[in-house]
Parts: sequence; C-alpha cells; structure tokens
Amino acid sequence: MSASRNPPDGDGQTDREISTWDDLSTNGPDGRRTGVDRSRDRSQPVEKLHPNEAIKARSANLRGGLLDGLADPITGAISSDDQQIAKFHGIYLQDDRDLRDERRRKMLEPAWSFMVRARLPGGVCRPDQWLRLDELARTHANGTLRLTTRQSFQFHGVVKKNLKATIQAIHGSLLDTLGACGDVNRGVMATPLPELGPIHEQLFAVARAVSDQLVPRSRAYHEIWLDGEPVYQGPKHDAAGNAEPEEPIYGSTYLPRKFKIGFAVPPVNDVDVFTQDIGFIAIADGDRLVGFNVVVGGGMGRNYNEPDTYPRLGDVIGFCPAPRAVSVAEHVITIQRDYGDRVDRRLARMKYTIDRLGLDWFVAELHTRLGWTLEQPRPYQFETSQDRFGWSENRDGTRNYTLFVENGRVTDGDGHQTMTGLREIARVHAGDFRITPNQNFIVARIAPADSVAIESILEQHRITAATDRSDVRRHSMACVAMPTCPLAMAESERYFPHLMTKVEGLLADTGLANEPIVMRMSGCNNGCSRPYVAEIGFSGRAPGRYDLYVGGGFHGQRLAAPCLENVDETGILETLRGFFERYAAGKRPDERFGDFAIREGWVPEVREGRRFNG
Amino acid sequence: MSTNTAGGAPLEAGQVQQLEALAATLSPEQALWVSGYLAGLARYSPAANGQKPAPAGTAARPANPGRVTVLYGTETGNSERVARRLAGRAGEHGLNVRAVDMAEYHTRDLRQETHLLVVTATHGEGDPPEPASGFFEFLQGRKAPDLAGVKFAVLALGDSSYVHFCGAARLLDRRLEDLGGHRLTERVDCDIDFDDTAERWTDEVIGLLRRQLTEETGTARAREATPVASAAQPGLAWPADEDVGLRVASAGWAVNPAAGNVASVLTVGDTTPRYTRRNPYRAEILENILLSGRDSGKETRHLELAIEEGELSFRPGDSLGVVAENEDSIVEAVVEALDLLAGEPVTVNGQARALADVLKADLELTRLTPSFLRSWADAAGAVELAGLVSDGRDDTLRRFMACNQVLDVIERYPVRRLAAHEFVGMLRSLQPRFYSIASSPAWLPGQVDLTVAVTRTTADGKLRNGVASTFLAERRKPGQALDVYVQPHRSFRLPADPASPVIMIGAGAGVAPFRAFLQDREETGAAGRTWLFFGERTFREDFLYQTEWQRFLRTGVLTCMDVAFSRDQERKVYVQHRVRERVLDVWAWLEEGAHVYVCGDAAGMAPGVHEALVAVARQGGSLSRDSAEAYVESLRAQGRYERDVY
Repeated sequence: MSASRNPPDGDGQTDREISTWDDLSTNGPDGRRTGVDRSRDRSQPVEKLHPNEAIKARSANLRGGLLDGLADPITGAISSDDQQIAKFHGIYLQDDRDLRDERRRKMLEPAWSFMVRARLPGGVCRPDQWLRLDELARTHANGTLRLTTRQSFQFHGVVKKNLKATIQAIHGSLLDTLGACGDVNRGVMATPLPELGPIHEQLFAVARAVSDQLVPRSRAYHEIWLDGEPVYQGPKHDAAGNAEPEEPIYGSTYLPRKFKIGFAVPPVNDVDVFTQDIGFIAIADGDRLVGFNVVVGGGMGRNYNEPDTYPRLGDVIGFCPAPRAVSVAEHVITIQRDYGDRVDRRLARMKYTIDRLGLDWFVAELHTRLGWTLEQPRPYQFETSQDRFGWSENRDGTRNYTLFVENGRVTDGDGHQTMTGLREIARVHAGDFRITPNQNFIVARIAPADSVAIESILEQHRITAATDRSDVRRHSMACVAMPTCPLAMAESERYFPHLMTKVEGLLADTGLANEPIVMRMSGCNNGCSRPYVAEIGFSGRAPGRYDLYVGGGFHGQRLAAPCLENVDETGILETLRGFFERYAAGKRPDERFGDFAIREGWVPEVREGRRFNG
Repeated sequence: MSTNTAGGAPLEAGQVQQLEALAATLSPEQALWVSGYLAGLARYSPAANGQKPAPAGTAARPANPGRVTVLYGTETGNSERVARRLAGRAGEHGLNVRAVDMAEYHTRDLRQETHLLVVTATHGEGDPPEPASGFFEFLQGRKAPDLAGVKFAVLALGDSSYVHFCGAARLLDRRLEDLGGHRLTERVDCDIDFDDTAERWTDEVIGLLRRQLTEETGTARAREATPVASAAQPGLAWPADEDVGLRVASAGWAVNPAAGNVASVLTVGDTTPRYTRRNPYRAEILENILLSGRDSGKETRHLELAIEEGELSFRPGDSLGVVAENEDSIVEAVVEALDLLAGEPVTVNGQARALADVLKADLELTRLTPSFLRSWADAAGAVELAGLVSDGRDDTLRRFMACNQVLDVIERYPVRRLAAHEFVGMLRSLQPRFYSIASSPAWLPGQVDLTVAVTRTTADGKLRNGVASTFLAERRKPGQALDVYVQPHRSFRLPADPASPVIMIGAGAGVAPFRAFLQDREETGAAGRTWLFFGERTFREDFLYQTEWQRFLRTGVLTCMDVAFSRDQERKVYVQHRVRERVLDVWAWLEEGAHVYVCGDAAGMAPGVHEALVAVARQGGSLSRDSAEAYVESLRAQGRYERDVY
C-alpha cells in the first residue's frame, strides 16, 4: 500500500487503493489512467457510494448481523441490510405474494421464506447428491426443485428456522450455496452436453477452476451455517494481525453488481454466451480443447422507461489458450471491481462499464493487467441455443436422455411424475445428472446395463410423454416470478404454459406446428429467462400485461427489439397470429422466425445494446 | 382528594411535620404500604379503641360487640358490589358495619368478629377467587381460630354450568360451621343472574341482624365519630386511581371501624357501572377480522367496537361482557326435537312471547347445567342420565357437559309431549360471554377491541358451535350492533408505578389484555421495561397481532418478547417452557420489582406457568422448594402476580 503510487487523477483516497491495482499500474501504458472518470467507483469513500457499498464494507466479510437475525423468533425475515449480505450466501428473502394483502389485514407479517440457490458449476451433479436435494425439497421447502436458467437449482419456501439445516444438508451433499447470488461471480455455466466427450471433460475442468478461483474466501459461510469456529477478529489491520484477511480478489466491498460467466462449445450456444459478463467460446482441435474466444460485456437487465439501461450482447475481444482462462476471468473481474459504477446500481453491471469507458480502453486495461495480449479470435459457428431432447449416444457406449422440464419446475403433476421418476432413476443410475441452461435435465452417461431400467422408469412416470411436446414449447423458458419473486410485476412460470398452449394452437392454425421458435417470458424487466435474446420475448409490466419483443437470433447472436408495450393476452395473441400468418406465407427455407421479423422490418435490427431502446 | 393536614387531622404539629417529611420521600406504592402499616398499628393500639389489647390465644371477642363484617371474595367485582350494597343498606338501618375484601383482610381479626357475612364467588373447578385464595387457605388451615358464637351467613355467586357450582362458598360455609360458627340463615347459591337472589338475601340478613343486634346490644351507637378518610390520609397525595382508591377505602375501614362512615367510604369505592348485563351498551361493530392465517387450525378473531365518548369506561385488564344470541339453526333443531311450534307462546317475566324468540335470545342452549340435566332426567325418566348427575362422579359429569349441548341431551333422551313452558323452565337464562379487552382507551379513545377465540367443537371434537364466539364470527358484521358492558377486573391492573417492570405471559387469545397494557404504556410513556411471553400453535398461522408486537419492539414499548409455538417442532413447547429457559433473567426482573401477569388457559397453562415461576425462584434465588413457593405466594400477596385465566 503506497500513497506515492496513487494515480495522478487520484482523489486522495490513498489508503483505499487496493494493492492489485497499484501493482498492475506500475506497468500501465500511458493514457490509461488519465481521462478516466473515477468519481463513481470504489476509489471514492464508501459514504459517497450506493448504500449497498457501505453494507458490504460493514459486513465484516459477509457476516453482517446474520447470526442474530436468524435467531430472532419474532419475525421470519431478516433485516434489510442482512438481506443484501444473505444473497452472497445464496439465499434470498421472499414472501408469498398471493398472501401478502390478506396477511397484512390479519396483522401477520408477510409469509416470509427463503429461496436457496445452490452453486453448481456447469450444472453437473451426482445421483446421490440429487437424492439428498430431492429429499430436502420435500422436507424443508415447498416440495419442488426449481432448475434455473443458470444450470443450478433453487429451493423455494424454506422458512427461516429451516434455513441452517437446509444449507447444512446441501453441504452434506458436498455442494454449497456460497456466491450463488450477490455482488460476486455467480454460478459458472458450461454447456453440459455429454456427447461432447473429452471436450466436455476439459471444458468442465476449466469452468470449475474459474468457479473455485472466484468464490468468496470469507469463512463467514462456515461460521454461520456450518458451525465453524469464528475466525473474524475485527478489522483487517488490527493489532493482533491474526484476523481474517480481506478477500484477495474482491476486497471488502466485493463487486459493484452480480457477475456471470459461461462456457459454450460451438455449434451449441445453449449458455447464451453473449449474455454473460464473460463468455468463453471453446475452440477445439479434434478432442483437444485448445482455448477460448473471450466475450465480454453481455447482460440482460434493464429498467422500464430508463433508456440508459439496456440489454447488451458481449463483444468477442480475442482468443486465450485454455490454461489461461482462469487468469483472464480474474483480471476482467478486477477491472470491473475497480471501475464499475458503485453509485448507481442500475448502471453497475460490466456492460455499462465497457460502454462508459470504451471497449478499446477495456481491452488495453486487460492486457496491461494480464501482462500479455489476447490473440486474434478464432473462427466459430453457432447454430442453436436449444437442447436436443430424447436419447443420444456417447462414443464410450453410454447413452443420455434429455428430458423437458417445463420452466424448470421439477414436480409431480399435470400428467407426469417427473420428480418421483428422477428420484427412482437416481437410485439406479451410475452416470451423472446435468442441468441444461434451458432449465432442462439430462440423465447423462447411462451405462448400457442400466439403460432398460431407466428407460422403463422414464416411460412409467410419463417423463417421455412430458418430453414429447411441441418444439415451440420445449424451446420456451419462463422465470419463477409470482408468487415468490419480490421483483415480479406479472405472472411468468405459472402463466406461460397456458399461453404456450394457445400459441401452439396459433402455430397449428397457420401450418407452423413443427416450427421451433424460441419464446421466453420474464415476470419483470430484469430478464432472468433471457427474453431479450429470444425470437419472441415477453417481460411483465403489470398483472396480465406484458411488453413484447421480437427479432432475437435463434442461437442467441442478436438482441430482440421492443415491439409492443403493455399488451394483454388478447393483444399478444392477435399480434402473434398476424406474425405467424405472414411468416408462414413468406419465410424462406430454413429461415428463422427472428430473422424473418428483421427482414420484414417489423422491428429494427438491434446491432448493439445501446440501441435497444431506439 | 383533600390534603388535610393539621387543620383537620387529629395530629400535633410536630407529628404532621414528621409525617409530611416521610411522605415526601414515598412512592405511591410505599405510601400505600405505610398507610396499611399505620392502619394495622392503629387497630391493635389500645389507644385506638380505648380497650386493653386482647391477650393472645384467648377468646378475644367481642372487641366491637355488634359490629358486622361483610367479607367478600371477588375477582370480577360482582361479590364486592353485592357486599358494598349490603354494607351500605345495613348502615342505613343503623348497623355498625364494614365491608372488607378477603384479599385485604387481616385474618387475625377473625378472633374479634361477632357477625360475619360472606359474599364470595367461585371460579373454575370450585376454586375461590384468585385474590381471596390466601384467606381461604388460612381458613382451611390449622391456624384458623375457634369461631364459637360467631353468627355468620354466606351468599355464594357462581355459574351453574360448572360442576362445582359455588364450590368455594360451600366449602367456606361448612368450614365456618366446623369452626364453631352459628348460621344466621342457610347459604344461598346464586347463578349468573344473581341480582334478585342477592337482593332477597340482603333483605333477609339485614332483617335478621337488626332483630338480633337491637336485642343484644342496642347498638349502632358509635356512628357519630369522625370520618376515617382523614385519619388515613394525612397529607399524602394519592394517585387518582380507582384501584388505589378502593384499597384506601379498605385500609381506612380498618383504622377505626367503629367510627366508619359507610356512606363516605362507599362513595370512594363506588364503581356501579352505568351499563350492565341487564342494561347493556349498544356498540357498533367497526371491524371483525379473522386473525388466524388461512391454514390455521384455529379461528381467532379481532373485533373493534365503536363507543361514543364517555359512554363505556374501562381500563386495561377489564373484560367486556357480550350479550349473544343462539343460532337459528340450533333453535329450530331444538323446537323440532321437542315436537313444538316455533311460534308457540310462552310467558317469560310476565310477557307472552314466541318460543323460538325466547330460545334464541334468552335461554342457554349450548352450555349444559347440572340442574337442567336433573330436570331432564326426571322428565325423560332417563335412569342413565339421572345417575350421571346424582352419583357424584364429577369427572364423568364434567366430561359429559363438555362434550354435549342441550340439543344432544333432548335428542338422546326424548321426552314426549313436553309443554313449551316446562322446557323453558328447565333452562338457564342465556349468559353473556366475557372477553378480555384488547385495547387501551387512553391509546384509542372511542373504541374497544376484543380478541375472540371461536369455539366450534366440543371437548370430544364433535362439531358444536359455541354461542357467543360463533355469534361474533358469523352473525355479526361491521355496521351491526353488539350489546356489551364492562366487567371490571380489579386484580388485573398495570402497576401503579409506571417505572415498574412488567412481565406478561399469555397464550392464544389470552394475549389480548397485554395488547391493551402495551398500548397504555405507549400512550402514557411509562418508563418500566416490558416482557411478553406469547404462546400459540404455529408461528406462521397463529402469531396473533404479530406486526403490532414487532412495532412495539421497534419503538421500545416492548422490551423483549419470547414466543412458544407448540406445533412448530416435534416436542410441544409452551410459554412455561420459555419462562424456564429464561430463569435468571426472569428472576432479575422479579428482584427489580416486576409485576407478573398471566392470561389464558386455566387448566394447562396457568399451573404450568406457576410452576415455572416457582422454578425461577428456586434457581434464581437458590431457594428451597418451600421458600420458592412462599416467594411466589408473596408476589401474589403484594399484587405483583395477577392472573386472568379461564
């Protein structure tokens, strides 16, 4: 720590500059440190920043008041400050919004419960782990498991007094929830396709390494949930010197906002690699994973009526050899850590940092920090963002079954017993399970000897029947929304299947029954189901009302554009009927719906995020 | 209240100065204690009545020959009202009479009594009123004096729907006789409609006493002496508190009973309410909310009633009597089971009315009484039923009464061609139901809130609606009217000193008065710490008034809160367990003068909490079991352990 090496545009906050920056800045090229506005980043005193920054800084490496809050028997909630800290531990306070008004009138607090999200890099888990999670869902949560758009699973409806037991049980299955939410790197995604064989194995290893490198180091998680010995002894510079050190990568205030990383293997862009803060596009040479094209600056979230917020697709900035991916990820993150906007959380994602400071500046800064330069990007070709359902073969003789889990909700009902079936499979299956980025599920690497048994379980519990749906439904995705998500403005998961049934009817009417169209719905503007890259996307505005987007690329290569605002179901269906009729009449062979919408000029093509709002 | 000093008090100037100097240092509670102390001194000072002190252990009476003492045991104030009316009327007839609460009565005075009139209520399973329990214990014990020659009469207030109807009074009546007392007249047991019976008894005993006492002593000679109040209040500023006022009155009586001016003392304690069961206040329902969550196994409601300014005065701790009506469907079913006509005229209080109307509004159709069962057994010739009532097996009878209603009995033991008036004659008049008031008039003038646990099953789980709770739950909506009156609960009051800590322990709807307490403390800005123990079934569905407690905790009106949700874990956890978990803290609060309040279930919770408090004293104070029990008993004696249990 040295005041003399403070940047020339410095703000006098010498002792707040972190060593990483200073070390790197010694080899910094000219111009990098001048002309960069530092008034909104962590070089500023924490009081000048968004209140969340102070909460993080005060939290003693993610401890906050969680222990006391969990022990308070008068409320099922935790304090608002601790809610921010709890996210870093993978838990979100939610309430049953269906009951909110009723309970208020009864002088009962909201029906608080927690969403608990596991960290599952690459979406791979073992059958024995699944069995424990399945049991937890039934004993401590609402009886279902929710697969997420980021290849993990969530428990909903975990009440406060069951929270510790739930997290301990997750830990008991050798998984955790640390960093599954919060202003850190979230769960790392990676295409789960088992048929990729050795490529998947190498890819998965890198994804895990990145995940491990970027997980918070704080012992708070162990202390609070796993009864670990308290190690935090006070501020980092206390006299004893044996205090817990500050987070080596994140520092005391972590990142300005959430951070997402995904790995894709062309031609399948199932992870929507351009929507990640950092995307890695695998470049292979036969069975050898050579390296990655690096993509930076993707992100979905935006706010209604605030045109300075927008979804953005990432930019390919170069190629890195596979062994250097971890280092690239870490250094990209430190740039965002140091320069991300910590005053306005709406503008805190890295996509805005890049647009604010310029992609060229960003790449130069990265090269400086890396101490080496990315190579030119290698050629690649994506063809789809979708899962391939049903059976597939691996070269080693094992087989896979990819099943459709509507909107990721693993449950029994509506003509199938997916939850029970997966439990039974887990008891006999020697391979593994994989959650796809489209919220579906792969029974992967089924040994030939188990094949018949598993096939019969799939049949018996009508999982195969549930999977054998229209392409448009199987390519659809909805976020959780009502009643648990506090952000939801409209229904999503509970409503989308009904809308899809009507859409299926429209497609059948117009002779497009077998057309795969990517349709996604989110209950609010944040876009967890990535509707802004769908061919047809919806985001909730109010109960029963949605904004409609069209023209996204089939394999995630192009943003959709706003088409209609605040429409109800009748308006949606009328509009779609018109679109489908014209698409049926005018489409070229193999022309995708999103491409057709652009060619027809229904909406302008959105070439970059900043143009999304027109 | 006047502040007479030397001008009116029979004191020397130096004495006045000493007294004023002391008074200036006293808290209201201390002042009260001192007044009682001086009163006691006065009573046993030879100078006080110009007599030599009676040698201990000898027959001391009569110290005041011809003096009549009316002893009352009360929890709700009914017995007190009767006793004070009796004393007042006896005084008008020239009798030397005093009325004393058993809770305040010095038991060694018993040796000096010559004429003892007892008015006492019975609660629960034949228990005495809580504040009078010490007196009852004394009288039952070995230290009870020989009462040979003492004339006595007992008036019992009770509720015939309980098995041990007037049980406490019966016991007392027998005991007075066993101790040598001589009955002036046979004990009279009053049911809930006690007014007329009590009045007749009052007339009778006054008549008897007048004849006897004028014959014996030609008494009523000493009534010209100075009013007692000035003797008891030398310059002390009493809090303008009705309760304290009453206690002062009692203490004052003790100073020089012979000199008592009945009228003046009765004015101090005159609490005859404007609205009564017979003349209830018609309140508009403002809100009628189901508090229980939608998945709760219980049904607890919150009612808010509008009161015009000055119409209904009550204090935190009081109850509200609610005049209810029977459900039409029950009335119809009863009429049909009897093969009678709904419109059949019956004469009630000289008025001819339709049977169904009388059954609906005037008579008890849900709670059984032993007397109804007896009459019905006779009419039906039901040997089994007759045996149930007469063979003295209380448990069986109690269980039968808890599991059945009138309709069950008349259906199971049919009586043919029973006349409407005969049936009506068997039934007890429909009793009001009492609910602890859940609001403070200081905090929210013009309104009274109730917390009502709705009864829909009998003890054996059979679906049977409770009369008032379902009346309130289903048949009374906002905008409609409800007939109510205040039932004061003088032994369930916040401490006079606002700085005293308060520990409140309540289960279920028993938490209601504590809402009123906290509202009151918030409004008055009382400095004392507060601690609430609350118990119910589940956190999520049954946390009554949850957001209000949270607000009280946020603002500091409520210092801390412990909760016990019995069904949220394998092992049933109740409030008494929480008290035990906090033994040392509870002890510390008690040692700092905390007052303890318990409200709710009498059968399980109240004894459990009592045991927990004994455990607190044992562990906290390192006391033996006996000493710990004595400690808790002393809390009760000091008015620091008060209960409202049912």
